[in-house]
Amino acid sequence: MKKVVLALAAVAGLAATGVQAQGYPTRPITMIVPFAAGGPTDVVARIVTDNMSRTLGQQIVIENVAGAGGTTGITRAAQSQPDGYTIMMGHMGTHGAAPALYPNLKYDPTKDFAPIGLAAGTPIVIVAKKDFPANDLKGFLDYLSKNADKVNMAHAGVGSVSHSTGIFFNSVVKAKPTMVAYRGTGPALNDLMANTVDFMTDQIVNVAPQIQGGNIKAFAIATPERSPVLPNVPTTKEAGLEGYEVSAWNAIFAPKGTPLDVVKKLSDALMKSLDDENTKKRLLELGGVIPSNTERTPEALQKLVESEVARWTPVLKAAGATAE
Amino acid sequence: MGDFFSNLSLGFGVALTLQNLGLAFLGCLVGTLIGVLPGVGPIATIAMLLPITFGLDPTGALIMLAGIYYGAQYGGSTTAILVNIPGEATSVVTALDGHQMARQGRAGVALGIAAIGSFFAGTVATLVIAALGAPLTRLALIFGPTEYFSLMVMGLVFAVVLARGSILKAIAMILVGVLLSTVGTDLETGEERMTFGLPFLADGIDFAVLAMGIFGIAEIMRNLDHTETRDVVQQAIGRLLPNLDDFKQAYKPVLRGTFIGAILGILPGNGAVLGPFASYTLEKKIAKDPRRFGRGAIEGVAGPESANNAGAQTSFIPLLTLGIPPNAVMALMVGAMTIHGIIPGPQVMTKNPTLFWGMIASMWVGNLMLLVINLPLVGMWVRLLKVPYRLLFPAILMFCCIGIYSINSLPTDVMFIGFFGLVGYMLIKFGFEPAPMLLGFVLGRLMEENLRRALIISRGSLETFIERPVSAGLLAVAAILLVIALLPSIRKGRDEVFTE
Repeated sequence: MKKVVLALAAVAGLAATGVQAQGYPTRPITMIVPFAAGGPTDVVARIVTDNMSRTLGQQIVIENVAGAGGTTGITRAAQSQPDGYTIMMGHMGTHGAAPALYPNLKYDPTKDFAPIGLAAGTPIVIVAKKDFPANDLKGFLDYLSKNADKVNMAHAGVGSVSHSTGIFFNSVVKAKPTMVAYRGTGPALNDLMANTVDFMTDQIVNVAPQIQGGNIKAFAIATPERSPVLPNVPTTKEAGLEGYEVSAWNAIFAPKGTPLDVVKKLSDALMKSLDDENTKKRLLELGGVIPSNTERTPEALQKLVESEVARWTPVLKAAGATAE
Repeated sequence: MGDFFSNLSLGFGVALTLQNLGLAFLGCLVGTLIGVLPGVGPIATIAMLLPITFGLDPTGALIMLAGIYYGAQYGGSTTAILVNIPGEATSVVTALDGHQMARQGRAGVALGIAAIGSFFAGTVATLVIAALGAPLTRLALIFGPTEYFSLMVMGLVFAVVLARGSILKAIAMILVGVLLSTVGTDLETGEERMTFGLPFLADGIDFAVLAMGIFGIAEIMRNLDHTETRDVVQQAIGRLLPNLDDFKQAYKPVLRGTFIGAILGILPGNGAVLGPFASYTLEKKIAKDPRRFGRGAIEGVAGPESANNAGAQTSFIPLLTLGIPPNAVMALMVGAMTIHGIIPGPQVMTKNPTLFWGMIASMWVGNLMLLVINLPLVGMWVRLLKVPYRLLFPAILMFCCIGIYSINSLPTDVMFIGFFGLVGYMLIKFGFEPAPMLLGFVLGRLMEENLRRALIISRGSLETFIERPVSAGLLAVAAILLVIALLPSIRKGRDEVFTE
């Protein structure tokens, strides 16, 4: 019975989309963030939705549904009513690396979503302990190739950004360091600062304060341009490494079937939020990269997801990385 | 030294403005009220209340969040004492003797001594942070995987002492706890272990779910089991506050608990968890009559509660001085700081001195607020016990379900507390103690992961545990404790310490 009612409601909703768009949103919107509160994705979500809520005239409430590298929350969000009242903050892992890492994934990042837009990218930085016997990327790669059996690489667990980007790094530079897993970035950084492990790749927001404080050293940032937060750190290209440009992007999605005008409203609100001085300032402080006007559209996000899945799948499969 | 005072006065200048005092008060009050709901620990409370700090300036927001943290932390002890539901690992120990005190009509005394002990510990810990925060940071860095594994081994020996009954049953329960901690996705390989293909087990069993089921739900079932105990808690409530005798019994445990908790709190990877357990073990070990423990000994509340709060304070050290969160609550604080535009790191102290010292000063203010809020509330909490049990238990059950759902928004977690409640009830009936199991559960995962990490880094050489002095020392202490416990020649002594 309930299903029939819902189906009728959906049909009525489709028939009257014009009316609905004027009404939407009439109640608070839930945004599922598939990671614990306080993590980089959660922070980006809270910063961006702060302004979006004001534009839409309804509060966007963050619900943290953590688990299985973010796929638990995204699975739930993907299966929710496509009425615009449940949206989600996906990221590089959930909408790029997940299909390779989780063979039993219950959603297809390229097909099961209505993309809203890219929120912010957080660049990846290659960092090492401060006692590491090399001072630039070239020296580091040199050392890595000569002492492969001695070097330990830290990461924050299978499925984490530091894990995926680390495997990608190893495949690009053809190195095989020993991988040491931690539960989260905090403990991994702690051991990096204590000189217990040698290097890792992670999001700029996590590592920048330690680089600035001289507790660890940075070899390169994996973006086309340097970051204003770390002006002295060269890009991978400048440092002589081709093919390693990667960022842990965060983007808003709605479930597949969400009415087009609702998608438009959300997308417009996101664009407006990204143009807001306060939002911009806070994202930049984190070392975030704010997408250009052409990168923010739903169409651009769809293309990004497709290219990311195509990029991560072979890399992770070749490394035999799986989370199941 | 001059620096120390000028820094502190700078800090108090910030913390004692009318606005920040108000925010500290509000944070502590809201934190206490929400944290007192069974199952809603500090993490869930802070996550829920994070948005309301958005409109504030960063310092005010952080002062309020810190207040919420202390409030929720303390609220967890309140539920542990009143209804035997520890909201988090650190209040498991409080439940042991605290709830027994409540059953004897001494709930007010237990709550009072917990509040006063916590305040004292908080005051000392704040001074420690202000004076020694920066040099103590190095301690956190000494503890690598090797040292951590050895510390956990020592912790497991503590668990044996926690037991009230047979030592064999205690060891069995510890091992069950360790086994339960291995459920979930393997950290190194990403393979699922013992999940039976069930997706909700992929991330392992949540501590709050296990503790709430094994302690709280099982306790409700046991109370419904036979009519007479139902009335026990409702009996004459007795004094609301501790008297001089209570203080005489409690002040030494408070001092020792503060010391132990403050040191363990600095360690990375949730070392603070061990604080209350270590304090309880110590108190039981040096008590003239260890048999009183587990039956409402005030030392068993005073020591662990002080250790708990001291650890809660000093775990801010790695966060404030390095920007590295030592546990999940601090990771959330990092997020809160980042949202407010302050990225925690080694530079916060020099770049934002008003924030840094203001927060430290506000820790003490927060502890004072907690005392001011909680002593009058003791009467109210205790009166809650007068509510007829037939009305109280459905309410507790409902709050448990809401609380557990609010952590991960997973319906399966709610089912799980029912399941563990049944298991806990059976354990009680067969005379098994749940506390050692919970400690085994907490330590098991840390132990396994650090063991594997240490061995990966040493390329498989076990010698690494003896070569490193701190690790060797910890292992030696563990071995000595174990020998004392097991050596037949001093068996008589052991029986006194470990069994009733």
